Amino acid sequence: MIITGVVGLYIFMLAAFSGWVIIGGVPAILHTPLMSGSNFVHGIVVVGGLYTLLNASTVQEQVIGFFAVLLGAGNVAGGYAVTGRMLAMFQSAPHKAAHAKRSHAKASHSKKA
Amino acid sequence: MLTLIAQLTIDAADIAAAFLFLYGLWRMSSPVTAPAGIFLAGIGMLAAILASFLYAFNVSAAARVQLPINIALAIVALAAGGGAAWWSGRKVMMTSMPQMVALYNGLGGGAAGTIAAAELLGNRMHGPAQLLATLAGALIGAVSLSGSLIAWAKLDGVINKPLRIKGQQLLNGLAMLITLAVGGYIAFSVLAGIAPVIALPTLIYLFFACALIFGVLMTLPIGGADMPVVISIYNAFTGLAVGFEGFVIQNPALMVAGMVVGAAGTLLTLLMAKAMNRSISNILFTRFGNLKPTDPADAGIAMRYASSVIIVPGYGLAVAQGQQKLYEFVKLLQAAGVTVRFAVHPVAGRMPGQMDVLLAEAGVPYELIVQLEDINDDFANTDIALVIGANDVVNPAARSDKSSPIFGMPILNVDKAKRVFVIKRGEGKGYAGIVNILFYGDNCNMVYGDAQAVLIKMIEAVRGLGLSSAA
Repeated sequence: MIITGVVGLYIFMLAAFSGWVIIGGVPAILHTPLMSGSNFVHGIVVVGGLYTLLNASTVQEQVIGFFAVLLGAGNVAGGYAVTGRMLAMFQSAPHKAAHAKRSHAKASHSKKA
Repeated sequence: MLTLIAQLTIDAADIAAAFLFLYGLWRMSSPVTAPAGIFLAGIGMLAAILASFLYAFNVSAAARVQLPINIALAIVALAAGGGAAWWSGRKVMMTSMPQMVALYNGLGGGAAGTIAAAELLGNRMHGPAQLLATLAGALIGAVSLSGSLIAWAKLDGVINKPLRIKGQQLLNGLAMLITLAVGGYIAFSVLAGIAPVIALPTLIYLFFACALIFGVLMTLPIGGADMPVVISIYNAFTGLAVGFEGFVIQNPALMVAGMVVGAAGTLLTLLMAKAMNRSISNILFTRFGNLKPTDPADAGIAMRYASSVIIVPGYGLAVAQGQQKLYEFVKLLQAAGVTVRFAVHPVAGRMPGQMDVLLAEAGVPYELIVQLEDINDDFANTDIALVIGANDVVNPAARSDKSSPIFGMPILNVDKAKRVFVIKRGEGKGYAGIVNILFYGDNCNMVYGDAQAVLIKMIEAVRGLGLSSAA
């Protein structure tokens, strides 16, 4: 698959629009968790790091690739940990419905694993 | 055949990840569904990371020799980077969260920058569009890295003062110009065929150095209270950089995730700045205290998720005849497990005892109404204080400002609460006609409007969360 510049612009446009719409109208109390959540999402950069590292053929490329993965992994893991903790605060007692759904998702996930 | 299956698996995992990111972020934009949202995004991330090891089936002959080492390096880097960040993210105190977000965001920017470095130094780009995207990603990623690290240092107290020097704006502008010039020169030489990018390693290093320095200079002068907005800007930056590098390495999942965060982060930045009643340029280039208006719905939802709220009624509540709606709102909060009390100042309103009568009329149980001397020490460990149409009786100037006409008058120590919302008809002054320094505090937001109308909106917002049917 080759993504040309024009196709790239289409992808960027659609993604940007989605991002804008998804965040629109969010209450202020969620600004920080959402910032943290989107911080986690761009941690996908670690995949690019892995691509770079696995394609490395010189020592220089290996060093650079290693750091790309190291930094990206930090972004992903830290972003998830912090966001999870922030959002856990929204799971007070009257939130049983959301909670039940979440533990259900967890259970079905571990079954697959 | 094996390479085809590997590529298809990667593509499938990446599409799933992109969808789960979008869906997860969407769920995260409401308090009710938010915890499930991050979990879904996490599953997508895990799938994409695991699948990317399949890149090993599709590398050049030169890289194939190095595969065992590279895979080992990848596992070590994932474990070390991921482990350290996970550990720090779980361990850190709740109050230190903002700087941790800054730190992890900086790491992401750094990762995007290093990928760009590998592309540039190894000359793996194809065509002008990829070259420009790589350079843009390198610049934005590097600025995000150094800027986020400064933001982290400031919030963590490593750097504890905004550092402003004379001619700062000129210096910053100059740094930006030089960075752009170096990048532009690299692009020009390659595109005009003067030199291949592989012959310009010094310029490439210089480009990264300039970008890093610019990130530092841009962040140093900004005050600590504005840091959340700045972190949000860098978050959007990192997203953009990731999107650009995704295009360069031809990975649509990175392009989608990066650009979604780029756009979402930009909007989030604007919303945050609006909540603080500041413009982005105002935050980046100046620092000055201001009244911070907020939306009734936001204030209502914040109280719904607080654990303790103290309400300070005043004359404005009586004028608006908002006492019935107020008690309705309080019952909603109580149903959600929030501890709510009323703090009554002896001279709140226009006559002694007016508030007690007003609240009693609405049916507020007497034990919820607490007098000044009994509640004043409790504000310090209260999440939110809601002031409704009271002004002079909550003005901290009475405690601190000897020149103030109300100096020495006992006041309710509302300013000590972690957060304060003030419902007020407008920006006017109180009965005594003096400025209330409470309103300018970092912890205070203004909710403008008639008390009854505002309370109705708050009730609607909390009901809109759909969980308070017990009331």
